[in-house]
Amino acid sequence: MMRLDPMTRPDPKNEDAHRENEDDYREIRVKSTLKDAKTPEKQILNDIKCCQYCKESMFAIKLALEEAMTNAVKHGNQNDDSKSITVRYHVSDERVVIIVRDDGPGFQPEDIPDPTHPERISLPNGRGIMLMKAYMDEVRYRAKGREVYLMKRKPKPKQD
Amino acid sequence: MATADSHITVVQNEDVFVVEFCDRKILDELSINELGGELQTLADTHKPIRLLLNFSNVEHLSSAALGMLITLDKHVKEGKGKLKLSNINPQIYEVFKITRLNKLFDIHEDTAEAQAAF
Repeated sequence: MMRLDPMTRPDPKNEDAHRENEDDYREIRVKSTLKDAKTPEKQILNDIKCCQYCKESMFAIKLALEEAMTNAVKHGNQNDDSKSITVRYHVSDERVVIIVRDDGPGFQPEDIPDPTHPERISLPNGRGIMLMKAYMDEVRYRAKGREVYLMKRKPKPKQD
Repeated sequence: MATADSHITVVQNEDVFVVEFCDRKILDELSINELGGELQTLADTHKPIRLLLNFSNVEHLSSAALGMLITLDKHVKEGKGKLKLSNINPQIYEVFKITRLNKLFDIHEDTAEAQAAF
């Protein structure tokens, strides 16, 4: 079990924090290459399908996972294929949590500039974190930026 | 016009090159790099190109794909060509809206509308 950085421990006031026990999460470790980074997706999405998440949630989770894995390979592990990526995840009837951790030096998420700023809108990079935040209910960087925690709640059925 | 390993099919309609994507998911960097290369080669071979990307087959798109489209747009404009996008499903259009790239790209409802706008 990893140790949480004291600065990034889940906030006890957070409604979900008290329920977090990450010991029984499933773990997949892959080599840090773009090709290997694709492998956890199938297993995770299969588990999610079993819990009957809607199409929109599947789209969101798939997109966020893709962005998190690409960031881990390119920015976290800086394309060093001797490093690895660890994905831990948990799927329940209420929510999906996916934690992606790289072996890199970490980063400060607040240093990432707004990609929609007029000066940056035509740059080809820098939209991954923004998309993860838009599509997931919670995105938190932990372990000095080496680990991203992604959470999506299962939408409640619409009532007429 | 499509080879076995190609990620696109291209049809020339009058002076517009209409591209359809073979992959329903434009997500991972490896395929996106190949796809971007194919589109740039097409643009270079037919300068100044009128290029229309038809997204009707596309169900998933990542930030790497958006980056590739931005690079392609610049490349086409440098060659004095024009790039338009069409048939983007609502879920994918949302990705463009969140990143505000719906303002950067010339996006049309369908191919007929896009074709008429060149």
